[in-house]
Amino acid sequence: MKVLPYGERAVLAEPDDPHLVPGLRAAAADAAGVIDAVAGACTVLVVFDPARTSAAAIRDALDRAELHVDAPAESSPAVEVPVVYDGADLASVAANVDLSPSQLIDLHTGAEYTVRFCGFSPGFAYLDGLDPRLHVARRASPRTAVPAGSVAIAGEFTGVYPRSSPGGWQLLGRTDAQLWEVTRDPPALLTPGTRVRFVPA
Amino acid sequence: MIEIVEPGPLATVQDLGRTGWASLGVPRSGAFDRSAARVANRLVGNPADSAVIEITYGGLAVRLPAAATLALTGAVCPGADFGVAFSVAAGRTVRLGAPGAGGLRSYLAVRGGVAVDAVLGSRSTDLLSGLGPARLHAGDRLPVGRAPAEAPSGATAALTRPPRPLRISLAPRADWFGLDAAGVLTSTAWTVRTDSDRIGVRLDGPALARTRDGELTSEPTLPGALQVPADGRPILLGPDAPVTGGYPVIAVLADADLDLAGQLRPGDTVTFRSGSGSG
Repeated sequence: MKVLPYGERAVLAEPDDPHLVPGLRAAAADAAGVIDAVAGACTVLVVFDPARTSAAAIRDALDRAELHVDAPAESSPAVEVPVVYDGADLASVAANVDLSPSQLIDLHTGAEYTVRFCGFSPGFAYLDGLDPRLHVARRASPRTAVPAGSVAIAGEFTGVYPRSSPGGWQLLGRTDAQLWEVTRDPPALLTPGTRVRFVPA
Repeated sequence: MIEIVEPGPLATVQDLGRTGWASLGVPRSGAFDRSAARVANRLVGNPADSAVIEITYGGLAVRLPAAATLALTGAVCPGADFGVAFSVAAGRTVRLGAPGAGGLRSYLAVRGGVAVDAVLGSRSTDLLSGLGPARLHAGDRLPVGRAPAEAPSGATAALTRPPRPLRISLAPRADWFGLDAAGVLTSTAWTVRTDSDRIGVRLDGPALARTRDGELTSEPTLPGALQVPADGRPILLGPDAPVTGGYPVIAVLADADLDLAGQLRPGDTVTFRSGSGSG
């Protein structure tokens, strides 16, 4: 694992195995003096209060954590997200990867996913575990408005748009699940490390 | 109660931000010039994290139905005493002009603080994520909290901070650029583009050429990060920037200097020097 300086209030940790990102993030968030621990696809940014801790102390905590973090445990049940597979890009994606739409749906519902990180917008979870046959490029031109609840894929990830926003992912379907509610604790349905399954609605 | 008569080009409610939720995709948000917001609060006796009005390029007019104690800091706008606590009689309107000498964002604190409902622990307007109160419109009525125990300060805050190079330290993805890129970054007088906002201060100057092809996977970022998109023109991420980004970050601003960046106007020039730490 590399732990790299990132200004005077943060370090960027880059584990050798990106699947360790959620566990490392959770461990970093619990370290003393940490204000925020934010995951990306392969890295964790640990923002700390320099009055309470130091980059060296955070580095030590991360090194210790790396020894016993693992891919997320299967202790809690997976969150089930019901999906109506009628997305605008379903047919074209299926054609591009030489599958029928129903085969594509079987692949998407057949896998179990884990939230690698949240980003882009509040509650937008990047889900790990997409079948490699469904790794497709983003749309050449992003849509200016993707409807809230859209279930989509891009690159190695699948995810759900929590609210209407611009977006370039390929749309497979939609869900009624409430991905983001500020009055709920936690406000995001899919938090880092959470296991997820998509089920036909 | 504060009634918004005119919001000016852009006025929002801001405190010191929505920290602790970044791992769920929530930007920090909060006052762009945090030190100016803190000083405004201190002048009226508020705790430092009370919500104030962030005024972008002046133009705000507010009416006070009840007598109130206010303080204005940040960019100097005509129309009100600056850098001191002042009282406004019931029914009076305070009308601010555009800042003349320099600076972009002014902060208006009211004794008791702007008491709109907090969302995830903050009253800040996040223009990107749509969290917190909407940007202010004419006719809005903002509640004011109870006066704090501490009396307003009799002090006068310094008017302006002279422009100086903003301090940066190189970030982990500096190696995506040529060895001379750091030199170009610190030897160039960058121009602030007109499409700058609370999400990012966009800079014009020589393109910072990448020496590495391919796409960076989404990586966590921070307000103050200097991100370089494919066109090579750096963007200094502001408080409402998304928490992850797909472009390499070449350098990170010293935390205190982010406040100075919040005062950059379109057309201003800005320079960087290496160095971090306090002072």
